[in-house]
Amino acid sequence: MATQARDAAIVGIHEFPSRDVEGRQSALQIKAASAARALEDAGLNWSDVDAVYDAGEGGGMAGLNIAEYFGLKPRVIDTTGVGGSSYEYHAAHAKRDIAAGKARVALLTYGSTAHSAVQRIGVGGRAGGGHPADNMDVFAGLTLVANYALVAHRHMHQYGTTSAQLAEIPVATRYHAMRNPEAVKAMQDLDFLDIRETTVDDVLRSRMIADPLHLLECCMISDGGGAVVIASPEVARDCRQPPVWILGAGEATKYPETGGDVTVSAAAQSGPDAFGEAGVSPGEVDIAMIYDSFSITVLTILEDLGFCPKGEGGRWVEGGRLKFDNRDGPALNTDGGGLSSNHPGMRGIFLLIEAARQLRGQSCSQVHGARLAVAHGNGGMLGTRHCAGTIVLGRD
Amino acid sequence: MTDAKRPLPDAEEADTRAFWQATKAHRLSYQQCRQCNTVVFYPRAHCTGCTNGELEWKDSAGSGTVYTYSVVRQSYHPFFRGLAPYIVAWIDLDEGPRLVSNLIGVDTPDLSLIGRRVTVVWEDHETLAVPLFALA
Repeated sequence: MATQARDAAIVGIHEFPSRDVEGRQSALQIKAASAARALEDAGLNWSDVDAVYDAGEGGGMAGLNIAEYFGLKPRVIDTTGVGGSSYEYHAAHAKRDIAAGKARVALLTYGSTAHSAVQRIGVGGRAGGGHPADNMDVFAGLTLVANYALVAHRHMHQYGTTSAQLAEIPVATRYHAMRNPEAVKAMQDLDFLDIRETTVDDVLRSRMIADPLHLLECCMISDGGGAVVIASPEVARDCRQPPVWILGAGEATKYPETGGDVTVSAAAQSGPDAFGEAGVSPGEVDIAMIYDSFSITVLTILEDLGFCPKGEGGRWVEGGRLKFDNRDGPALNTDGGGLSSNHPGMRGIFLLIEAARQLRGQSCSQVHGARLAVAHGNGGMLGTRHCAGTIVLGRD
Repeated sequence: MTDAKRPLPDAEEADTRAFWQATKAHRLSYQQCRQCNTVVFYPRAHCTGCTNGELEWKDSAGSGTVYTYSVVRQSYHPFFRGLAPYIVAWIDLDEGPRLVSNLIGVDTPDLSLIGRRVTVVWEDHETLAVPLFALA
Protein backbone atom coordinates (compact mmCIF):
# COMPACT_ATOMS: atom_id res chain seq x y z
CA MET A 1 0.00 0.00 0.00
CA ALA A 2 2.90 2.33 0.75
CA THR A 3 3.87 2.47 -2.91
CA GLN A 4 0.47 3.70 -4.06
CA ALA A 5 0.59 7.01 -5.88
CA ARG A 6 -1.82 9.45 -4.25
CA ASP A 7 -1.71 12.26 -6.74
CA ALA A 8 -5.41 13.01 -7.21
CA ALA A 9 -8.49 12.67 -5.02
CA ILE A 10 -12.24 13.05 -5.26
CA VAL A 11 -12.99 16.00 -3.00
CA GLY A 12 -16.50 17.02 -4.03
CA ILE A 13 -19.60 15.07 -5.04
CA HIS A 14 -23.24 15.71 -5.76
CA GLU A 15 -26.04 13.52 -7.05
CA PHE A 16 -28.94 15.51 -8.49
CA PRO A 17 -31.88 14.45 -6.29
CA SER A 18 -34.76 14.40 -8.79
CA ARG A 19 -35.33 11.47 -11.17
CA ASP A 20 -38.28 13.17 -12.86
CA VAL A 21 -37.93 16.86 -13.75
CA GLU A 22 -41.21 16.67 -15.71
CA GLY A 23 -39.59 18.30 -18.72
CA ARG A 24 -39.01 21.55 -16.85
CA GLN A 25 -35.20 21.40 -16.58
CA SER A 26 -32.54 20.75 -19.19
CA ALA A 27 -29.51 18.48 -19.07
CA LEU A 28 -27.27 21.57 -18.98
CA GLN A 29 -29.16 22.99 -16.00
CA ILE A 30 -28.80 19.67 -14.16
CA LYS A 31 -25.04 19.68 -14.93
CA ALA A 32 -24.58 23.24 -13.65
CA ALA A 33 -26.70 22.78 -10.52
CA SER A 34 -24.80 19.60 -9.69
CA ALA A 35 -21.43 21.25 -10.34
CA ALA A 36 -22.21 24.11 -7.96
CA ARG A 37 -23.25 21.70 -5.18
CA ALA A 38 -20.19 19.46 -5.69
CA LEU A 39 -17.85 22.46 -5.56
CA GLU A 40 -19.63 23.62 -2.40
CA ASP A 41 -19.23 20.11 -0.94
CA ALA A 42 -15.48 20.44 -1.52
CA GLY A 43 -15.31 24.01 -0.25
CA LEU A 44 -14.24 25.27 -3.67
CA ASN A 45 -15.66 27.75 -6.17
CA TRP A 46 -16.11 27.97 -9.94
CA SER A 47 -12.93 30.04 -10.15
CA ASP A 48 -10.88 27.15 -8.73
CA VAL A 49 -11.72 24.87 -11.66
CA ASP A 50 -9.00 24.63 -14.31
CA ALA A 51 -10.00 21.39 -16.07
CA VAL A 52 -13.36 20.20 -17.46
CA TYR A 53 -14.38 16.69 -18.49
CA ASP A 54 -17.52 16.40 -20.57
CA ALA A 55 -19.12 13.51 -22.45
CA GLY A 56 -21.11 15.94 -24.58
CA GLU A 57 -24.59 14.87 -23.45
CA GLY A 58 -25.53 18.50 -22.79
CA GLY A 59 -25.51 19.19 -26.53
CA GLY A 60 -23.46 21.53 -28.69
CA MET A 61 -19.69 21.21 -28.94
CA ALA A 62 -18.58 19.13 -25.97
CA GLY A 63 -16.17 20.94 -23.66
CA LEU A 64 -16.69 24.36 -25.19
CA ASN A 65 -20.40 24.49 -24.51
CA ILE A 66 -20.15 23.72 -20.82
CA ALA A 67 -17.06 25.91 -20.29
CA GLU A 68 -19.10 28.90 -21.50
CA TYR A 69 -22.29 27.83 -19.70
CA PHE A 70 -20.41 27.43 -16.42
CA GLY A 71 -18.35 30.57 -17.08
CA LEU A 72 -14.99 28.77 -16.88
CA LYS A 73 -11.71 29.22 -18.73
CA PRO A 74 -10.19 25.74 -18.30
CA ARG A 75 -6.62 24.78 -19.28
CA VAL A 76 -7.55 21.14 -19.83
CA ILE A 77 -10.62 20.14 -21.86
CA ASP A 78 -11.34 16.40 -22.17
CA THR A 79 -14.40 15.29 -24.13
CA THR A 80 -14.09 11.52 -23.97
CA GLY A 81 -17.56 10.19 -24.76
CA VAL A 82 -17.86 6.45 -24.24
CA GLY A 83 -21.43 6.21 -22.96
CA GLY A 84 -22.00 5.16 -19.38
CA SER A 85 -18.30 4.52 -18.80
CA SER A 86 -17.34 8.11 -19.73
CA TYR A 87 -16.99 9.22 -16.11
CA GLU A 88 -14.53 6.48 -15.18
CA TYR A 89 -12.45 7.63 -18.17
CA HIS A 90 -12.81 11.23 -17.02
CA ALA A 91 -11.62 10.31 -13.52
CA ALA A 92 -8.65 8.42 -14.98
CA HIS A 93 -7.74 11.32 -17.24
CA ALA A 94 -8.18 13.89 -14.47
CA LYS A 95 -5.76 11.93 -12.28
CA ARG A 96 -3.30 11.79 -15.19
CA ASP A 97 -3.64 15.49 -15.96
CA ILE A 98 -3.30 16.51 -12.31
CA ALA A 99 -0.29 14.21 -11.80
CA ALA A 100 1.31 15.78 -14.89
CA GLY A 101 0.88 19.23 -13.39
CA LYS A 102 -1.54 20.34 -16.14
CA ALA A 103 -4.44 20.95 -13.74
CA ARG A 104 -5.28 21.30 -10.03
CA VAL A 105 -9.08 21.10 -9.89
CA ALA A 106 -11.05 18.95 -12.34
CA LEU A 107 -14.81 19.13 -12.79
CA LEU A 108 -16.87 16.19 -14.12
CA THR A 109 -20.58 16.73 -14.76
CA TYR A 110 -23.53 14.75 -16.07
CA GLY A 111 -27.11 15.69 -16.86
CA SER A 112 -29.91 13.86 -18.61
CA THR A 113 -33.64 14.11 -19.12
CA ALA A 114 -34.01 10.61 -20.55
CA HIS A 115 -37.23 9.98 -18.62
CA SER A 116 -38.89 13.30 -19.51
CA ALA A 117 -37.82 13.05 -23.13
CA VAL A 118 -39.41 9.63 -23.49
CA GLN A 119 -42.63 10.93 -22.05
CA ARG A 120 -42.67 13.79 -24.53
CA ILE A 121 -41.50 12.20 -27.74
CA GLY A 122 -42.01 8.45 -27.29
CA VAL A 123 -39.36 5.84 -27.94
CA GLY A 124 -38.59 5.21 -31.60
CA GLY A 125 -37.14 2.07 -33.08
CA ARG A 126 -33.51 1.77 -34.04
CA ALA A 127 -32.61 3.56 -37.23
CA GLY A 128 -30.46 2.14 -39.99
CA GLY A 129 -27.46 3.79 -41.58
CA GLY A 130 -24.72 5.54 -39.68
CA HIS A 131 -22.04 3.14 -38.55
CA PRO A 132 -21.46 0.18 -40.88
CA ALA A 133 -21.87 -2.29 -37.99
CA ASP A 134 -25.37 -0.95 -37.33
CA ASN A 135 -26.16 -1.29 -41.00
CA MET A 136 -25.54 -5.04 -40.75
CA ASP A 137 -28.09 -5.84 -38.03
CA VAL A 138 -30.74 -3.12 -38.28
CA PHE A 139 -33.13 -5.61 -39.89
CA ALA A 140 -33.10 -8.06 -36.97
CA GLY A 141 -34.82 -6.04 -34.22
CA LEU A 142 -32.07 -6.47 -31.64
CA THR A 143 -33.50 -4.41 -28.76
CA LEU A 144 -31.31 -3.06 -26.00
CA VAL A 145 -32.57 -5.64 -23.50
CA ALA A 146 -32.11 -8.46 -26.03
CA ASN A 147 -28.51 -7.35 -26.59
CA TYR A 148 -27.77 -8.12 -22.93
CA ALA A 149 -29.98 -11.21 -23.02
CA LEU A 150 -27.65 -12.68 -25.66
CA VAL A 151 -24.88 -12.62 -23.05
CA ALA A 152 -27.10 -14.08 -20.33
CA HIS A 153 -28.20 -17.03 -22.50
CA ARG A 154 -24.64 -17.84 -23.49
CA HIS A 155 -23.49 -17.53 -19.87
CA MET A 156 -26.19 -20.01 -18.82
CA HIS A 157 -25.20 -22.37 -21.64
CA GLN A 158 -21.48 -22.21 -20.98
CA TYR A 159 -21.42 -22.24 -17.17
CA GLY A 160 -24.83 -23.47 -15.99
CA THR A 161 -25.79 -20.09 -14.56
CA THR A 162 -29.48 -19.88 -13.57
CA SER A 163 -32.07 -17.10 -13.56
CA ALA A 164 -32.34 -17.52 -9.78
CA GLN A 165 -28.63 -16.74 -9.47
CA LEU A 166 -28.92 -13.68 -11.72
CA ALA A 167 -31.88 -12.53 -9.59
CA GLU A 168 -29.56 -12.19 -6.57
CA ILE A 169 -28.22 -8.99 -8.15
CA PRO A 170 -31.47 -6.96 -8.38
CA VAL A 171 -32.46 -8.36 -4.96
CA ALA A 172 -29.26 -6.93 -3.44
CA THR A 173 -29.57 -3.54 -5.15
CA ARG A 174 -33.24 -3.20 -4.10
CA TYR A 175 -32.23 -4.09 -0.52
CA HIS A 176 -29.89 -1.09 -0.65
CA ALA A 177 -32.34 1.16 -2.48
CA MET A 178 -34.95 0.73 0.25
CA ARG A 179 -32.47 2.26 2.71
CA ASN A 180 -31.86 5.28 0.43
CA PRO A 181 -34.67 7.88 0.63
CA GLU A 182 -33.73 9.35 -2.78
CA ALA A 183 -33.98 5.91 -4.38
CA VAL A 184 -37.37 5.27 -2.80
CA LYS A 185 -38.55 8.66 -4.04
CA ALA A 186 -37.18 7.84 -7.49
CA MET A 187 -39.18 4.61 -7.67
CA GLN A 188 -42.30 6.48 -6.51
CA ASP A 189 -41.82 9.28 -9.05
CA LEU A 190 -41.26 6.73 -11.83
CA ASP A 191 -44.45 4.86 -10.89
CA PHE A 192 -42.80 1.61 -9.78
CA LEU A 193 -45.43 -0.82 -8.49
CA ASP A 194 -45.17 -2.45 -5.08
CA ILE A 195 -42.04 -0.65 -3.85
CA ARG A 196 -40.38 -2.91 -1.27
CA GLU A 197 -37.49 -5.29 -0.73
CA THR A 198 -37.69 -8.11 -3.26
CA THR A 199 -36.93 -11.82 -3.26
CA VAL A 200 -35.45 -14.08 -5.92
CA ASP A 201 -38.97 -15.38 -6.55
CA ASP A 202 -40.27 -11.82 -7.09
CA VAL A 203 -37.68 -11.35 -9.82
CA LEU A 204 -38.45 -14.69 -11.46
CA ARG A 205 -42.18 -13.95 -11.37
CA SER A 206 -41.80 -10.54 -13.06
CA ARG A 207 -42.60 -10.62 -16.74
CA MET A 208 -40.08 -11.74 -19.33
CA ILE A 209 -38.83 -8.85 -21.49
CA ALA A 210 -36.25 -10.67 -23.62
CA ASP A 211 -35.46 -14.24 -22.58
CA PRO A 212 -33.84 -14.90 -20.21
CA LEU A 213 -34.07 -11.38 -18.70
CA HIS A 214 -37.12 -10.46 -16.58
CA LEU A 215 -38.46 -6.96 -15.92
CA LEU A 216 -36.84 -6.74 -12.46
CA GLU A 217 -33.44 -7.53 -14.01
CA CYS A 218 -33.63 -4.33 -16.11
CA CYS A 219 -32.60 -0.83 -15.02
CA MET A 220 -34.98 2.09 -14.73
CA ILE A 221 -35.06 5.05 -17.14
CA SER A 222 -34.85 8.23 -15.08
CA ASP A 223 -33.88 11.85 -15.38
CA GLY A 224 -30.88 12.87 -13.34
CA GLY A 225 -27.26 13.83 -13.19
CA GLY A 226 -24.42 14.69 -10.89
CA ALA A 227 -20.96 16.12 -10.53
CA VAL A 228 -17.57 15.09 -9.18
CA VAL A 229 -14.65 17.36 -8.29
CA ILE A 230 -11.15 15.86 -8.41
CA ALA A 231 -8.19 17.78 -7.01
CA SER A 232 -4.45 17.65 -6.46
CA PRO A 233 -3.10 16.65 -3.00
CA GLU A 234 -2.28 20.29 -2.25
CA VAL A 235 -5.85 21.40 -2.94
CA ALA A 236 -7.35 18.31 -1.31
CA ARG A 237 -5.57 19.05 1.97
CA ASP A 238 -7.68 22.19 2.47
CA CYS A 239 -11.02 20.80 1.26
CA ARG A 240 -14.06 20.32 3.50
CA GLN A 241 -14.29 16.57 2.95
CA PRO A 242 -11.70 13.83 3.47
CA PRO A 243 -9.98 12.92 0.18
CA VAL A 244 -10.95 9.78 -1.73
CA TRP A 245 -7.82 8.86 -3.66
CA ILE A 246 -7.82 7.55 -7.21
CA LEU A 247 -5.40 4.64 -6.84
CA GLY A 248 -5.67 2.93 -10.21
CA ALA A 249 -7.40 3.11 -13.57
CA GLY A 250 -7.95 0.89 -16.57
CA GLU A 251 -9.64 1.31 -19.95
CA ALA A 252 -10.66 -1.20 -22.62
CA THR A 253 -12.89 -1.94 -25.60
CA LYS A 254 -14.78 -5.06 -26.63
CA TYR A 255 -16.51 -5.81 -29.94
CA PRO A 256 -17.64 -8.88 -31.86
CA GLU A 257 -14.87 -10.98 -33.35
CA THR A 258 -14.81 -14.28 -35.14
CA GLY A 259 -14.85 -16.97 -32.47
CA GLY A 260 -15.03 -14.39 -29.67
CA ASP A 261 -16.52 -15.14 -26.24
CA VAL A 262 -19.52 -12.91 -25.51
CA THR A 263 -19.47 -13.87 -21.82
CA VAL A 264 -16.19 -11.98 -21.36
CA SER A 265 -16.52 -8.18 -21.19
CA ALA A 266 -13.95 -5.42 -21.58
CA ALA A 267 -13.55 -5.52 -17.79
CA ALA A 268 -11.24 -8.51 -18.26
CA GLN A 269 -8.71 -6.05 -19.70
CA SER A 270 -9.43 -2.84 -17.77
CA GLY A 271 -9.71 -4.55 -14.36
CA PRO A 272 -6.20 -6.03 -14.11
CA ASP A 273 -4.73 -2.71 -15.31
CA ALA A 274 -6.58 -0.78 -12.59
CA PHE A 275 -5.89 -3.26 -9.77
CA GLY A 276 -2.27 -3.56 -10.89
CA GLU A 277 -1.74 0.20 -10.77
CA ALA A 278 -3.42 0.39 -7.35
CA GLY A 279 -1.41 -2.55 -6.04
CA VAL A 280 -4.49 -4.22 -4.56
CA SER A 281 -6.46 -7.35 -5.34
CA PRO A 282 -10.25 -7.71 -5.79
CA GLY A 283 -10.45 -9.74 -2.58
CA GLU A 284 -9.47 -6.63 -0.59
CA VAL A 285 -12.28 -4.50 -2.04
CA ASP A 286 -15.10 -3.47 0.33
CA ILE A 287 -17.37 -1.71 -2.17
CA ALA A 288 -18.15 -2.84 -5.74
CA MET A 289 -19.86 -0.10 -7.70
CA ILE A 290 -20.58 -1.99 -10.93
CA TYR A 291 -22.65 -0.60 -13.80
CA ASP A 292 -25.96 -2.44 -13.30
CA SER A 293 -27.82 -1.81 -16.53
CA PHE A 294 -29.02 -5.42 -16.21
CA SER A 295 -28.37 -8.34 -13.87
CA ILE A 296 -26.05 -10.03 -16.37
CA THR A 297 -23.89 -6.91 -16.70
CA VAL A 298 -22.93 -7.15 -13.04
CA LEU A 299 -22.41 -10.93 -13.02
CA THR A 300 -20.11 -10.79 -16.04
CA ILE A 301 -18.12 -7.82 -14.73
CA LEU A 302 -17.69 -9.29 -11.21
CA GLU A 303 -16.08 -12.33 -12.85
CA ASP A 304 -14.00 -10.30 -15.29
CA LEU A 305 -12.69 -8.03 -12.52
CA GLY A 306 -11.54 -11.15 -10.69
CA PHE A 307 -13.90 -11.23 -7.68
CA CYS A 308 -14.45 -14.89 -8.57
CA PRO A 309 -13.23 -17.22 -11.34
CA LYS A 310 -14.84 -16.87 -14.78
CA GLY A 311 -18.08 -18.77 -14.99
CA GLU A 312 -18.51 -19.15 -11.21
CA GLY A 313 -20.32 -15.85 -10.70
CA GLY A 314 -23.74 -17.47 -10.48
CA ARG A 315 -22.84 -19.67 -7.53
CA TRP A 316 -20.70 -16.91 -6.01
CA VAL A 317 -23.51 -14.33 -5.72
CA GLU A 318 -25.94 -16.80 -4.09
CA GLY A 319 -27.11 -16.30 -0.52
CA GLY A 320 -27.05 -12.50 -0.55
CA ARG A 321 -23.27 -12.21 -0.69
CA LEU A 322 -23.49 -8.74 -2.29
CA LYS A 323 -25.63 -7.10 0.41
CA PHE A 324 -23.88 -4.40 2.45
CA ASP A 325 -24.30 -6.24 5.74
CA ASN A 326 -22.87 -9.52 4.43
CA ARG A 327 -19.10 -9.46 4.95
CA ASP A 328 -18.35 -12.50 2.77
CA GLY A 329 -18.11 -10.32 -0.32
CA PRO A 330 -18.03 -6.73 -1.52
CA ALA A 331 -21.15 -4.60 -1.09
CA LEU A 332 -22.72 -4.05 -4.50
CA ASN A 333 -24.18 -0.69 -5.58
CA THR A 334 -25.09 0.49 -2.10
CA ASP A 335 -27.08 3.47 -3.45
CA GLY A 336 -29.58 1.10 -5.07
CA GLY A 337 -27.90 1.13 -8.47
CA GLY A 338 -29.36 1.69 -11.90
CA LEU A 339 -31.77 -1.14 -11.17
CA SER A 340 -33.47 0.67 -8.25
CA SER A 341 -32.17 4.23 -7.81
CA ASN A 342 -30.83 6.17 -10.76
CA HIS A 343 -30.31 5.41 -14.45
CA PRO A 344 -30.66 8.38 -16.79
CA GLY A 345 -28.71 6.57 -19.53
CA MET A 346 -25.05 7.01 -18.55
CA ARG A 347 -24.74 5.95 -14.94
CA GLY A 348 -20.96 6.00 -14.59
CA ILE A 349 -20.78 9.19 -12.51
CA PHE A 350 -22.97 7.71 -9.76
CA LEU A 351 -20.51 4.83 -9.38
CA LEU A 352 -17.82 7.35 -8.40
CA ILE A 353 -20.21 9.34 -6.19
CA GLU A 354 -21.46 6.40 -4.11
CA ALA A 355 -17.95 4.92 -3.86
CA ALA A 356 -16.80 8.27 -2.46
CA ARG A 357 -19.73 8.36 0.00
CA GLN A 358 -18.76 4.90 1.27
CA LEU A 359 -15.10 5.83 1.73
CA ARG A 360 -16.18 9.00 3.58
CA GLY A 361 -18.62 6.99 5.75
CA GLN A 362 -21.71 8.77 4.34
CA SER A 363 -23.71 6.01 2.60
CA CYS A 364 -27.26 5.03 3.53
CA SER A 365 -26.02 1.43 3.47
CA GLN A 366 -22.65 2.15 5.04
CA VAL A 367 -20.13 -0.67 5.17
CA HIS A 368 -18.37 -0.20 8.49
CA GLY A 369 -14.75 0.77 8.00
CA ALA A 370 -14.85 0.64 4.19
CA ARG A 371 -11.35 1.34 2.88
CA LEU A 372 -11.28 0.28 -0.77
CA ALA A 373 -13.83 0.65 -3.56
CA VAL A 374 -13.95 -0.14 -7.25
CA ALA A 375 -16.10 1.79 -9.72
CA HIS A 376 -16.58 0.02 -13.03
CA GLY A 377 -18.43 1.69 -15.89
CA ASN A 378 -19.68 -0.11 -18.97
CA GLY A 379 -20.53 2.10 -21.93
CA GLY A 380 -22.29 0.85 -25.06
CA MET A 381 -23.79 -2.64 -25.24
CA LEU A 382 -22.55 -5.64 -23.30
CA GLY A 383 -23.58 -8.12 -26.00
CA THR A 384 -22.11 -6.37 -29.02
CA ARG A 385 -19.68 -3.48 -28.53
CA HIS A 386 -18.74 -1.56 -25.43
CA CYS A 387 -16.08 0.39 -23.55
CA ALA A 388 -15.05 -0.29 -19.98
CA GLY A 389 -13.47 1.98 -17.40
CA THR A 390 -12.28 0.68 -14.02
CA ILE A 391 -11.31 3.00 -11.15
CA VAL A 392 -9.91 1.81 -7.83
CA LEU A 393 -10.49 4.24 -4.96
CA GLY A 394 -9.12 4.37 -1.40
CA ARG A 395 -9.30 6.61 1.64
CA ASP A 396 -6.46 7.95 3.76
CA MET B 1 -49.78 -1.79 -37.15
CA THR B 2 -50.17 -4.44 -39.83
CA ASP B 3 -48.53 -2.38 -42.58
CA ALA B 4 -45.44 -1.58 -40.47
CA LYS B 5 -42.35 -2.54 -42.47
CA ARG B 6 -39.17 -4.29 -41.40
CA PRO B 7 -36.41 -1.66 -41.03
CA LEU B 8 -33.90 -2.24 -43.82
CA PRO B 9 -30.21 -1.42 -44.17
CA ASP B 10 -28.99 1.51 -46.21
CA ALA B 11 -28.06 -0.26 -49.47
CA GLU B 12 -25.60 2.52 -50.36
CA GLU B 13 -23.62 2.63 -47.10
CA ALA B 14 -19.94 2.82 -48.08
CA ASP B 15 -18.53 -0.21 -46.24
CA THR B 16 -21.45 -2.62 -46.49
CA ARG B 17 -22.82 -1.71 -49.96
CA ALA B 18 -21.21 -4.70 -51.70
CA PHE B 19 -22.55 -7.11 -49.08
CA TRP B 20 -26.11 -5.87 -49.56
CA GLN B 21 -25.75 -5.78 -53.36
CA ALA B 22 -24.83 -9.50 -53.27
CA THR B 23 -27.92 -10.36 -51.24
CA LYS B 24 -30.08 -9.52 -54.27
CA ALA B 25 -28.68 -12.72 -55.82
CA HIS B 26 -29.08 -14.53 -52.46
CA ARG B 27 -25.34 -14.55 -51.90
CA LEU B 28 -24.18 -14.32 -48.29
CA SER B 29 -20.73 -12.85 -48.61
CA TYR B 30 -17.78 -11.98 -46.41
CA GLN B 31 -14.23 -10.74 -46.91
CA GLN B 32 -10.91 -12.50 -46.44
CA CYS B 33 -7.43 -11.06 -46.89
CA ARG B 34 -5.29 -12.60 -49.62
CA GLN B 35 -2.13 -11.52 -47.77
CA CYS B 36 -2.79 -12.63 -44.19
CA ASN B 37 -6.01 -14.73 -44.45
CA THR B 38 -7.83 -12.61 -41.84
CA VAL B 39 -11.61 -12.94 -42.17
CA VAL B 40 -13.09 -9.42 -42.02
CA PHE B 41 -16.73 -9.07 -40.91
CA TYR B 42 -18.65 -6.71 -40.90
CA PRO B 43 -17.34 -5.63 -44.31
CA ARG B 44 -14.73 -2.89 -44.54
CA ALA B 45 -12.47 -1.39 -47.17
CA HIS B 46 -9.30 -2.26 -45.24
CA CYS B 47 -7.84 -5.41 -43.71
CA THR B 48 -7.73 -5.41 -39.89
CA GLY B 49 -4.97 -8.05 -39.85
CA CYS B 50 -2.29 -6.35 -41.94
CA THR B 51 -1.64 -2.88 -43.33
CA ASN B 52 -1.11 -3.91 -46.97
CA GLY B 53 -4.07 -6.28 -47.08
CA GLU B 54 -6.04 -7.16 -50.15
CA LEU B 55 -9.59 -8.15 -49.31
CA GLU B 56 -11.35 -10.66 -51.46
CA TRP B 57 -15.11 -11.34 -51.39
CA LYS B 58 -16.14 -14.92 -50.69
CA ASP B 59 -19.56 -16.54 -50.48
CA SER B 60 -20.73 -18.44 -47.42
CA ALA B 61 -22.62 -21.68 -48.04
CA GLY B 62 -25.25 -20.23 -45.69
CA SER B 63 -24.93 -22.86 -42.98
CA GLY B 64 -23.98 -22.24 -39.40
CA THR B 65 -24.61 -22.73 -35.70
CA VAL B 66 -26.59 -20.72 -33.14
CA TYR B 67 -24.02 -19.08 -30.85
CA THR B 68 -26.60 -17.39 -28.61
CA TYR B 69 -30.11 -15.94 -28.88
CA SER B 70 -32.96 -14.17 -27.14
CA VAL B 71 -36.73 -14.35 -27.50
CA VAL B 72 -37.78 -10.70 -27.73
CA ARG B 73 -41.18 -10.12 -26.14
CA GLN B 74 -41.24 -6.31 -26.05
CA SER B 75 -40.14 -3.83 -28.72
CA TYR B 76 -41.07 -0.21 -29.33
CA HIS B 77 -40.63 -0.53 -33.09
CA PRO B 78 -44.02 -0.96 -34.79
CA PHE B 79 -42.85 -3.80 -37.04
CA PHE B 80 -41.17 -5.78 -34.28
CA ARG B 81 -44.00 -5.08 -31.84
CA GLY B 82 -46.28 -6.82 -34.31
CA LEU B 83 -43.79 -9.68 -34.75
CA ALA B 84 -43.16 -10.32 -31.01
CA PRO B 85 -42.32 -12.78 -29.69
CA TYR B 86 -39.50 -13.24 -32.18
CA ILE B 87 -35.98 -14.65 -31.93
CA VAL B 88 -32.81 -12.63 -32.38
CA ALA B 89 -29.74 -14.80 -32.65
CA TRP B 90 -26.06 -14.63 -33.26
CA ILE B 91 -25.17 -17.13 -35.99
CA ASP B 92 -21.65 -18.50 -36.41
CA LEU B 93 -21.33 -19.24 -40.13
CA ASP B 94 -19.21 -22.30 -40.90
CA GLU B 95 -16.73 -20.05 -42.71
CA GLY B 96 -16.12 -17.98 -39.54
CA PRO B 97 -18.16 -14.76 -39.61
CA ARG B 98 -20.66 -14.23 -36.81
CA LEU B 99 -23.79 -12.30 -37.70
CA VAL B 100 -26.94 -11.06 -36.01
CA SER B 101 -30.18 -12.29 -37.55
CA ASN B 102 -33.63 -13.71 -36.77
CA LEU B 103 -34.36 -17.39 -36.29
CA ILE B 104 -37.68 -18.15 -37.94
CA GLY B 105 -40.06 -21.10 -37.77
CA VAL B 106 -39.12 -22.11 -34.22
CA ASP B 107 -42.17 -23.26 -32.25
CA THR B 108 -40.68 -24.01 -28.86
CA PRO B 109 -37.71 -21.78 -28.09
CA ASP B 110 -35.66 -23.01 -25.15
CA LEU B 111 -32.06 -23.16 -24.03
CA SER B 112 -31.33 -26.05 -26.38
CA LEU B 113 -31.31 -23.64 -29.36
CA ILE B 114 -27.68 -22.78 -28.62
CA GLY B 115 -25.50 -25.01 -30.76
CA ARG B 116 -28.33 -25.96 -33.15
CA ARG B 117 -27.51 -26.06 -36.87
CA VAL B 118 -29.19 -23.46 -39.07
CA THR B 119 -29.39 -22.49 -42.74
CA VAL B 120 -30.09 -19.17 -44.39
CA VAL B 121 -33.60 -18.29 -45.60
CA TRP B 122 -33.80 -15.19 -47.78
CA GLU B 123 -36.51 -12.57 -47.34
CA ASP B 124 -36.71 -10.54 -50.54
CA HIS B 125 -37.20 -6.79 -50.57
CA GLU B 126 -37.10 -4.28 -53.41
CA THR B 127 -33.45 -3.21 -53.14
CA LEU B 128 -31.92 -6.15 -51.26
CA ALA B 129 -32.66 -9.44 -49.51
CA VAL B 130 -32.39 -10.05 -45.79
CA PRO B 131 -30.63 -13.22 -44.54
CA LEU B 132 -32.83 -14.90 -41.93
CA PHE B 133 -32.14 -18.38 -40.56
CA ALA B 134 -34.16 -21.55 -39.91
CA LEU B 135 -33.23 -24.70 -38.01
CA ALA B 136 -31.53 -27.17 -40.37
